Amino acid sequence: MRHILSILVENEPGVLSRVSGLFSGRGFNIETLNVAPTLEEGVSIMTISTTGDEQIIEQIIKQLRKLVTVIKVVDLTEVKNVEREMMLLKVSAEEGKRAEILRIVDVFRCKVVDVGFDELTIEITGTQDKLTALINLMQRFGIKEIARTGAVAMRRSMQ
Amino acid sequence: MELTGAQILLESLGREGVDVLFGFPGGAVIDIYHQIPNYPNLKHVLVRHEQGAIHMADGYARATGKVGVCLVTSGPGATNTVTGIATAYMDSIPVVIITGQVPTPLIGNDAFQEVDIVGITRPCTKHNYLVKDITKLAKTIKEAFFLAQSGRPGPVLIDLPKDLQQQKCTYSYPKKVSMRGYNPHYDPNVKQVRKVAELLCKSKHPVIYAGGGVISSGASKEVTKLAQTYGVPVTATLMGLGCFPGDDPMWLGMLGMHGTYAANHSISNADLILAVGARFDDRVTGKLSEFATKATMVHIDIDPTSIQKNVHVHVPIVADCRLFMEALNKEMAAIVEEGEGCPPKTKWLEQTAEWKAKHPLKYKPAAKGGMIKPQSVVEALYKITKGDCIIATEVGQNQMWAAQFFNYKKPRTLLTSGGLGTMGYGFPAAIGAQAAFPEKLVIDVAGDGSIQMCIQELATAVCYNLPVKIVILNNGYLGMVRQWQELFYEKNYCNTCMDVAPDFVKLAEAYGAAGFRVTQAKDLEATLKEAFATPKPCIVDVVVDPEENVYPMVPAGKSLTEMILV
Repeated sequence: MRHILSILVENEPGVLSRVSGLFSGRGFNIETLNVAPTLEEGVSIMTISTTGDEQIIEQIIKQLRKLVTVIKVVDLTEVKNVEREMMLLKVSAEEGKRAEILRIVDVFRCKVVDVGFDELTIEITGTQDKLTALINLMQRFGIKEIARTGAVAMRRSMQ
Repeated sequence: MELTGAQILLESLGREGVDVLFGFPGGAVIDIYHQIPNYPNLKHVLVRHEQGAIHMADGYARATGKVGVCLVTSGPGATNTVTGIATAYMDSIPVVIITGQVPTPLIGNDAFQEVDIVGITRPCTKHNYLVKDITKLAKTIKEAFFLAQSGRPGPVLIDLPKDLQQQKCTYSYPKKVSMRGYNPHYDPNVKQVRKVAELLCKSKHPVIYAGGGVISSGASKEVTKLAQTYGVPVTATLMGLGCFPGDDPMWLGMLGMHGTYAANHSISNADLILAVGARFDDRVTGKLSEFATKATMVHIDIDPTSIQKNVHVHVPIVADCRLFMEALNKEMAAIVEEGEGCPPKTKWLEQTAEWKAKHPLKYKPAAKGGMIKPQSVVEALYKITKGDCIIATEVGQNQMWAAQFFNYKKPRTLLTSGGLGTMGYGFPAAIGAQAAFPEKLVIDVAGDGSIQMCIQELATAVCYNLPVKIVILNNGYLGMVRQWQELFYEKNYCNTCMDVAPDFVKLAEAYGAAGFRVTQAKDLEATLKEAFATPKPCIVDVVVDPEENVYPMVPAGKSLTEMILV
């Protein structure tokens, strides 16, 4: 099963390597990984999506908590959460195909952020499924390049 | 008080109570060495190879319970310690390694003798530091010592660039450590303690399975008290040997691949296993799916990652083993006082005693005039010392015989590389222990193969008059691999014959140590006694039966009860 782990870490050199090394050294796989500073100075947040059975995920979480530079680990899969990913997608857009691409952009509520003579760059934010759907639709036009951030996620607020 | 980085380091080591430093100088630590004479309370032991330094620091730590410290230069000096760091990491030994680093402006430039030792040792240290700000050096050292010995102990490395050793700043040593990401949990949960006590009272076939955590947490007394008071048989891992008296009636012997028949059968038939500070290593469990299938599993460990890692545990307890065992003994006393009692496990003890009597550890004695049996050498060591010594071992058959045929009665009397199985560990570890206890008898039980991996430290032992006794069980083979080749690889003794070896007696003498050779059983005890009475390092080269095997043996992938007996 896919799990999203939210990990608060000290913002210092080598922390990313410690975390990723823990995964590779024990044969666990990282699907996506995202790091950025938080509001608190000196603290960063990592969002890692990974897959494994309960026992593997339990080991991963315990091993992460054991790292001295890791402050907190939360498995967001266990709570209601909001998950988003951003992607930039560069697609071939010759005359005659451009209108259809723009219609899809409209349906997906994403936007064109760069235009070339025969290509468009589209920015999209959403769940992994939404991003995959766009990729599938754009494939027939010829995708030239994609860049994805990997998932970021947060616990949902109480309502 | 304004001090240089080198002075801050040495001053801080003093504050941490470090009295001996195992090291080897080089360009990247020359500033530290320049200051060492100004700190006369800090004894420096100059080794012959950095691997020796880290194993000595490790042996010192295992024998004393204090933090062992080693100091080496950058690049090759640092990488030479990696095997020893991994050894300490696998066995949870508190060691602080100080490595010199090239000056900060050169870091990352492939400078002479530069290596990313922090990157290299990240997977085999509990934590490591590259110090880049002189004002953080004292805090880093304080943290390193705190980390090394708290929670689950382990090696911590500090990489110190040369320019920081020369820079000055105002020195003040922190009194406390505060790390928001590091909060080991020590205290046992009261309800869990009660639950375990009740389980123990109800159980009919309980076994205590003790590991190295019992020794490192200082829980031996409490484990012994529990076992003796309520009649619970005890087995231990290689790392746990010495945590329970090896001559006590409750003692089952070591368990696992080369464990005793009684220990392996007791574990396999137990209805309750109290695993204390042990981690269910594959050398212990045998075929995992058939390990202790009848038992309710209670596992106490300071490290949450050890629990539920290999086996399913019914009662997981994250706590310090000593604190837990203290609480458990109190709770057991309370239950007895409440009148509910803890019925004696008479039938079970009769059964375990029968297993012990039926298949004790044994070997086929040497024929008259035949070659000396290696097991008899270990038995002779026990007979002569009565167990009052520190035994270090190398790795292989010598290690297993030293584990099987010597009754360890106290914690910290066996120094052996359990997790990593590091050949070459024993002799430098013995030197480390001897540096801590100059008056004690320290013996390294060695093989002719493994002793050659760190033999150069004989010069260190001679130089500092550390009279370690090396007893080589010389069978001319890499014996343990040869045994596997014999049993499972059609006797294809490929590259395990060490028939070209130095004359160990002459080698000892060349280093300024004493050398003895024994080829006849009748001379064994007298020669060992003579070596022990010699006030300098000695090699006793005992020529033993080359094809003797370690039994019992559980073949890899088999269950604990599928043992090959003698």
